[in-house]
Amino acid sequence: MSELRFTEDHEWLRAEADGSVTVGITAFAQNALGDVVFVQLPELQSYDKGAEAATVESVKAASGVYMPLDGEVLEVNPALDSSPELVNEDPLGEGWFFRFKPADADALDKLLDQDAYDRLIKAQDDN
Amino acid sequence: MSTEQLLQTPLHALHLELGARMVPFAGYDMPVQYPLGVMKEHQHTREQAGLFDVSHMGQIRLIGADAAKALETLVPVDIIDLPEGMQRYAMFTNEQGGILDDLMVANLGNNELFLVVNAACKDQDLAHLRKHLSAHCQIQPLFEERALLALQGPAAVNVLQRLAPEVAKMTFMQFAPVTLLGADCYVSRSGYTGEDGFEISVPADRAEELARRLLAEPEVQAIGLGARDSLRLEAGLCLYGHDMNDSTTPIEASLLWAISKARRADGLRPGGFPGAESIFAQQQNGVARKRVGLLPQERTPVREGAEIVDADGTVIGTVCSGGFGPTLGAPLAMAYLDIAFTPVDSEVWAIVRGKRVPMKVSKMPFVAQRYYRG
Repeated sequence: MSELRFTEDHEWLRAEADGSVTVGITAFAQNALGDVVFVQLPELQSYDKGAEAATVESVKAASGVYMPLDGEVLEVNPALDSSPELVNEDPLGEGWFFRFKPADADALDKLLDQDAYDRLIKAQDDN
Repeated sequence: MSTEQLLQTPLHALHLELGARMVPFAGYDMPVQYPLGVMKEHQHTREQAGLFDVSHMGQIRLIGADAAKALETLVPVDIIDLPEGMQRYAMFTNEQGGILDDLMVANLGNNELFLVVNAACKDQDLAHLRKHLSAHCQIQPLFEERALLALQGPAAVNVLQRLAPEVAKMTFMQFAPVTLLGADCYVSRSGYTGEDGFEISVPADRAEELARRLLAEPEVQAIGLGARDSLRLEAGLCLYGHDMNDSTTPIEASLLWAISKARRADGLRPGGFPGAESIFAQQQNGVARKRVGLLPQERTPVREGAEIVDADGTVIGTVCSGGFGPTLGAPLAMAYLDIAFTPVDSEVWAIVRGKRVPMKVSKMPFVAQRYYRG
């Protein structure tokens, strides 16, 4: 499994062998959201970086999941329709959101690595 | 509002010790959830017993031979014939018939009434009472003096009777002075979850001891405001400032049941409260919009502020409360709708993130209430 990358919006990204990228939300994000009851997944189409591709609804509130890089969504996680709680139970595994083909294959390397992301959430926890 | 300015209830340190996630609510730093999480806290309350800190709410005592008569000038509810040891739901109305706040009124006997009002409205309510009732009775705010705990759920009675056996005989909406751990408390068999349970007014300096004692019972978990909201929504109960406000009348809010028979146009003491004419006219002639329950026909929660449209896309209403019901296992909502669409099973659509979500008008409560009526 390749190394994860992260966004400041608490999404994780994993480069797959075929050049596609899998996206989910981090353990920190699912913990902050609380119990997830519904996930609106993206359409199989292209989105610009920063576009709201998906929405995750907890008991309390709705939160946007933003497209981390320009790209085309190839596949969504069908299990989240019937089992949205997978986002809480296994955010880095079974709780993945979607897979996309980035417009720029090198853009992934410019995102936060594990150390940088750990520093980001530590800074948020300290606030 | 910055955190420095937030008020704290007497249980604040206990919430932090229990690992609560705290949020600002009505000027107080309050627990929205504990480590258990909203979903499990909700289910635990329906299955066993949940302890809620609702000390932010306002407790007010009215004293005087004319207190009941005087209070009737502000609420469309029969207070004069409220039996001693009973509590009744009421609302303060304005001159247009709008709702200034909703509250509970209990008759303590000895010419004393005990009021519980909403946290966000308590200063305004106190000013309202002082303005209109000062000449007729004493008005004692107990905001700092007393805390309020709610113990809710099917096991609540088993838990509380270990401290005071007499509470087991109380029925829904009864109210009594009860000594708990040596502290002078007021206990009512009521709540805001749709379950059997109690609300306990306790001296502020004894609140933490009582809360710890109740939390030590095996059936009891601490429950935050998140689950309080999903529980009351499933029970079809209104939240002031969302499901009614000063521009909605009791008729529009579907609260006609709360206007006592004696105070209606054809009652023994008709009118005599602010906005009576408007409210009676609405009762007679009907209203243009009304609060109803709505069930989304998809899994998408539909939240407060979402517009409701008809088949043609014409806006016919707005969601006032909405979310996910853990016991229902589905999303649910309340909305104000054009009266033509209020019959049960009417089909309407909510606009969520630009898409139409089909909704059906539903009767309330969404989850059956289980009050103990003896």
